Amino acid sequence: MSETARVLGHEPAPGFWRRYVFSIDHKTVGRQYMVMAMVMAVVGGATAYVMRWQLAWPETAVPLTGWMPEPFMYRGIVDPAFYNQLVTMHGTIMIFFVAMPLLLGGLGNYLVPLMIGAPDMAFPRLNMLSFWIFFSASILLLASFLVPGGAASAGWTSYAPLAARPMYTGVEWGINIWLIAVGLELASFLLGGINLIVTAVNMRAPGLSFSRLPLMVWMQLTAAVLFMLSVGPLIAGVLMLFLDRVAGTSFFVPADGDPLLWQHLFWFFGHPEVYVLLLPGVGAVLEILPVFARKPVFGYRAIVWSTIAAGVLSFIVWAHHMFLSGIDPRLATPFSVTTILISVPFAIILFAMLATLWRGSLSFPTPMLWALGFITTFLVGGLTGIFVGSAAVDMYFHDTYFVVAHFHFALFPAVVFGGFAAITFWYPKMFGRMLHEGLGRLHFGLTLLAFNAVFLPMFVLGLGGHMRRIYDPTAYEFLRPLMPLHGVATIATVVLLLSQAPFVLNFFGSFFLGRRAPANPWRAATLEWATTSPPPHGNFSTPPVVVRGPYEYSVPGAADDMLPQGQAGGEGAWAA
Amino acid sequence: MYGWFPQNIATYGADVDRLFYLIYYVVGAWFVVLQGALLWFVIRYRRGAHPTATYARGESRGELAWLLIPAALVLALDFSIDAASDVVWRKVKLDMPPGDLQLAVTAKQFAWTIAYPGRDGRLGTDDDFSLLSELHVPAGRDVRVTLRSTDVLHSFFLPNARLKQDAVPGRAIDVWFNLTTPGRYELACAELCGFGHYTMKGSLVVHPAAEFDQWMAAQAPASAGA
Repeated sequence: MSETARVLGHEPAPGFWRRYVFSIDHKTVGRQYMVMAMVMAVVGGATAYVMRWQLAWPETAVPLTGWMPEPFMYRGIVDPAFYNQLVTMHGTIMIFFVAMPLLLGGLGNYLVPLMIGAPDMAFPRLNMLSFWIFFSASILLLASFLVPGGAASAGWTSYAPLAARPMYTGVEWGINIWLIAVGLELASFLLGGINLIVTAVNMRAPGLSFSRLPLMVWMQLTAAVLFMLSVGPLIAGVLMLFLDRVAGTSFFVPADGDPLLWQHLFWFFGHPEVYVLLLPGVGAVLEILPVFARKPVFGYRAIVWSTIAAGVLSFIVWAHHMFLSGIDPRLATPFSVTTILISVPFAIILFAMLATLWRGSLSFPTPMLWALGFITTFLVGGLTGIFVGSAAVDMYFHDTYFVVAHFHFALFPAVVFGGFAAITFWYPKMFGRMLHEGLGRLHFGLTLLAFNAVFLPMFVLGLGGHMRRIYDPTAYEFLRPLMPLHGVATIATVVLLLSQAPFVLNFFGSFFLGRRAPANPWRAATLEWATTSPPPHGNFSTPPVVVRGPYEYSVPGAADDMLPQGQAGGEGAWAA
Repeated sequence: MYGWFPQNIATYGADVDRLFYLIYYVVGAWFVVLQGALLWFVIRYRRGAHPTATYARGESRGELAWLLIPAALVLALDFSIDAASDVVWRKVKLDMPPGDLQLAVTAKQFAWTIAYPGRDGRLGTDDDFSLLSELHVPAGRDVRVTLRSTDVLHSFFLPNARLKQDAVPGRAIDVWFNLTTPGRYELACAELCGFGHYTMKGSLVVHPAAEFDQWMAAQAPASAGA
């Protein structure tokens, strides 16, 4: 029992329930978020599979779904109304219930206290509460498939008036529950984010100034601030939309209300949210590159300022989702300019990543492969954003598969490549075991190939003018020649989903059979590697003191090729 | 790439396509340079070939230039794309010609009602007539369409004209086009509007100008006053 933990009134809880279920230890809460994200990812992946099958081979039976009851599916054939539920739930689940819990709730919770040398989050009980609110929201969302009328079907953006009156979708309780679940999720991450901000600002170890903060902490901190500043309008909007549905108000329905008001509220949150999802993945990559290049991150300060600049800009770009929505057309060019301007800070971050590799001494274990995979795929997502950022080109590409391909190339690298980079990198710390390299490489290789084969064809579909959220593309003559591309994307989707099997095997198998992890298996310099793997309750047996920046690798004249960030007493790799 | 786009039939369609190619070449160049650098660094600086890393923090002015000079180039290219984009956007959405023909399109789950002015050329008179999901227009004339919706959001999308505009209940939104090539094309709904969204399509029939006048005259009496 360490002094710090005692001061916090934060003893390791006795008993199974308080230790593994209703735990207030940030490491347990973080892992709970991650497990929940993986469970939800299975559902999200299943929705993708059914949608993709319907798109490639419309109105044929989807294999393995014969058990699905009417009215969702009839002998494995997707109903058009159910297709819209799949579209809606896929986006909702992947954004709010996979990406956020994995990157913010999971990685943020687990890593930030360790990386700043703190024994736990600032408010451990609030942390536990945040998770259980999120857990309830997840269960509620999944349950919405079971109510009469089925789940929400107005798109993950839930545009009014479609979502504002049950008669337009035929979905009564599904959208009401969707609104409650999303509202709870947002509240949960607001609490979690504020907790993270307080922790990162106030609980840094002595000597850990902001200019020595690991970039992962900077990214999590910026993400939490962006979320905190943007989520209020959407929570208000969710409440108003709920009232429109159940109390017959007309916030978003003419003549008394305005459908565009919802879009403003949604995207005022929605665009900063993109960066909330993006930054932790970028942070993971920036932690991993220097370790396996044995070289400091190139341009630390430039990266921090670019991140802050991108965050500020993200608040004045939201109307690029609304170029064609009926807003004053004079607004298009100003919002095009701010949108395309975001390419500058992100270009600097990407250049800095490349420059970190330059003249390094690179090795390529699985986490490094994911980090490099992030760079190569995210580049495509970033560059294609310029097309849709231009209002005039967006006139053609808006609401087509070009947009679908673009945002999957932006978010998939951050969430999946960044997420797997982080999981494979910090797994030894989290579970005290090493993952299997061979399975890790297989998982990476298959995922990289299959991901490209799913989403590159969608750019071409977009060039062909293919609208998104279309149940049966063959309804349109001009889309019929594009159908082979749907076939490619669907086969690749099946491969992509199956490619996750080596990961599942590796994740659970290594938990029992993996080689025991030393405190610092990658010879990394940041504080989390100064304590045991896994760290004890309270994290550090002696509170660490920080004496230098986080990425002091290959310092000229130093005896070792790494100078650890802190001096901790008595344990782990620091002792040497 | 030309092969993937649907045939362009609008006077401003080529402007949209040219803008696409401008961006395509700019980002294509960055794509090649940056992926090339990534590949080169991974090969050249692998541990076997480069056992000792160079300590470079990228904080000095000379080192920062490696980040900031390319970023300045990005900025310059951004502004040139913005400027080119603004010209096209103005042409399509801001500087609308008065129009030789005025139509009114009303979207409703899951069909388009298209109102024609009839022989007098004016909407809101007795000889107006309407067709369901059949948009007939003359080639070579400026056509203005006022978009309305009576229920949810829809999006009026003419892939061959590179034109898209949401129809919003409670608002009347104008678009215009001038189509060059007679023929039969498709009108699509591009905004999720309910379970029948994918069925909400229409035809776009572009008549030679003279033939259009005859067509309109032939249609009008049948529907006038009905």
